[in-house]
Amino acid sequence: MTKTSYISKQVADLKPSGIRRFFDLAAQMDDVISLGVGEPDFVTPWNFIEQSFHSLEQGYTSYTENAGMIELRNEISNYLRKNYHLTYDPTDQVIVSVGASQAIDLALRAVIDPGDEVIVVEPSFVAYVPTVRLAGGIPVTIQTRAENEFKLTPEQLEQAITPKTKAIILCNPNNPTGSLLLKEELEQLAKVIEKHDLLVLSDEIYAELTYDDVYTSFPSIADMKKRTILISGFSKAFAMTGWRLGYAAGPTEFIAAMVKIHQYTMMCAPTMAQHAALEAMKNGRQSVLQMMESYKQRRNFIVSSLNEAGLHCPTPGGAFYAFPSIQTTGLSSAEFAEQLLHQEQVAVVPGDVFGASGEGYIRCSYATSLKQLDEAMSRIKRFVIKRRALQSSQ
Amino acid sequence: MKEMEVELLRLIEKNANLEVEKIAKLMGKSTDEIKELIGHLEKKKAILGYSTLIDWAKVLDKEEVTAMIDVKVAPARGVGFDKVAERIYRFPEVKAVYLMSGAYDLSVTVKGKTMMEIGHFISEKLSTLDSVLSTTTHFVLKKYKHDGIILEDEDEGDKRIVVSP
Ligand SMILES: Cc1ncc(COP(=O)(O)O)c(C=O)c1O
Repeated sequence: MTKTSYISKQVADLKPSGIRRFFDLAAQMDDVISLGVGEPDFVTPWNFIEQSFHSLEQGYTSYTENAGMIELRNEISNYLRKNYHLTYDPTDQVIVSVGASQAIDLALRAVIDPGDEVIVVEPSFVAYVPTVRLAGGIPVTIQTRAENEFKLTPEQLEQAITPKTKAIILCNPNNPTGSLLLKEELEQLAKVIEKHDLLVLSDEIYAELTYDDVYTSFPSIADMKKRTILISGFSKAFAMTGWRLGYAAGPTEFIAAMVKIHQYTMMCAPTMAQHAALEAMKNGRQSVLQMMESYKQRRNFIVSSLNEAGLHCPTPGGAFYAFPSIQTTGLSSAEFAEQLLHQEQVAVVPGDVFGASGEGYIRCSYATSLKQLDEAMSRIKRFVIKRRALQSSQ
Repeated sequence: MKEMEVELLRLIEKNANLEVEKIAKLMGKSTDEIKELIGHLEKKKAILGYSTLIDWAKVLDKEEVTAMIDVKVAPARGVGFDKVAERIYRFPEVKAVYLMSGAYDLSVTVKGKTMMEIGHFISEKLSTLDSVLSTTTHFVLKKYKHDGIILEDEDEGDKRIVVSP
């Protein structure tokens, strides 16, 4: 091979994920209590698993329709109507994907022309920026601020828009901050979005996991449905990360374009997972509610424990992440996370991997057993006390 | 209030050992509120006791023998099955008594040190009661799940990767 590199410039220039680096550090150590995990601690409810077994026994081992089994799309459509007052035609406005991850990728590839700008609201899920780049777009990040509870304001949005802006990715509730945009806040953003004729990719994968307020799905805001691709999936609320199943719903034009890419690049989402998801949609409510109650309790627990430990942490409205400030320790996010890992064997994710405005914060997932969470909180407290003593002796 | 009661009961139903301070933190209430609520639930006998689920086989050489007995009885006028049920449940070796629909009337769970001991209880105490018409005894050979708890879960360890997006 004579070329210096065969790797595309696009990929070569992509920054490796900060999560990955931290994973490598933590994975080498024994007895780590991990609050670094972005997935449920629950195993998939048994009835979903059992339904998948059954489908395999029945011989459902072949491809499904490109957009996913129509039975599943019907159920997704029903689910969205029942829970979020949204109407999507299952025949051409819903696509079943390989995780929400693939739905995001499909949506971006379906709409981006080279040079189009896509707004990403940081701190954010780590995949948005690279996925926009890989689709040929230019990510434009907005840094939300702690004093606004890490919520995007209409003014910030207005400032980030240029003539090249085509779309914005909204994640509600947000990973990693857990912040939840309420109806009035979404309506304010919708005005700016309407004014500038933007398309919205609304990642609502944590929608079910909201604890205090009524959840509003973005496309249910007046006039927004026609310009929104709703993205969700089974990973979080249904505890199905490993099944790799998600979906998108939106106007026919968008979904058709996504199906076009999907049929060539993926054919269809895994069949056995679609059968499990069908059961999740039909008979999963009880399990989801039980998990929700448990997350809510652990959220209350971690928020009060972190505040007691001296790390300021407001109560997040959704998802399963707490995002406390570590600024009083005088350490950077990365230093804090690394020292905590080495000294106390607790893994958290430094906030800056989710964007510049995450600096000064750490992401703690509370999808961890109460016993582990309790132990992790004592260790964090001990770490902060030691750090304080060191600071005052300097 | 009702919701709080239910939430609290669900928590301690799973783990009676949970400290009041933890319950308070989980539910976002003060410890005094939780103490008061527990007191209230004990008083109205919604909470009847705090027992521990034990796998005796792990400690003793021989596990106690458990039998489930299907009992057909002739109900007495005026008191139905309650009187005979009471005659049975007062015996300390009887751990549970349920009135059942279907082929028999009372389901009685009995524990003893040996099969002999249980056999003795049935022949001497249970089947000699006037209103008991017949008994069918089933001995438990192995317990897989008890009160919602799987007894020998091979690997409950966390199977997730340590850090993920
Ligand atoms: C905000 C957000 N969107 C999408 C995903 C991807 O989920 P999936 O497993 O459905 O691909 C995640 C997973 O961490 C996430 O946090």
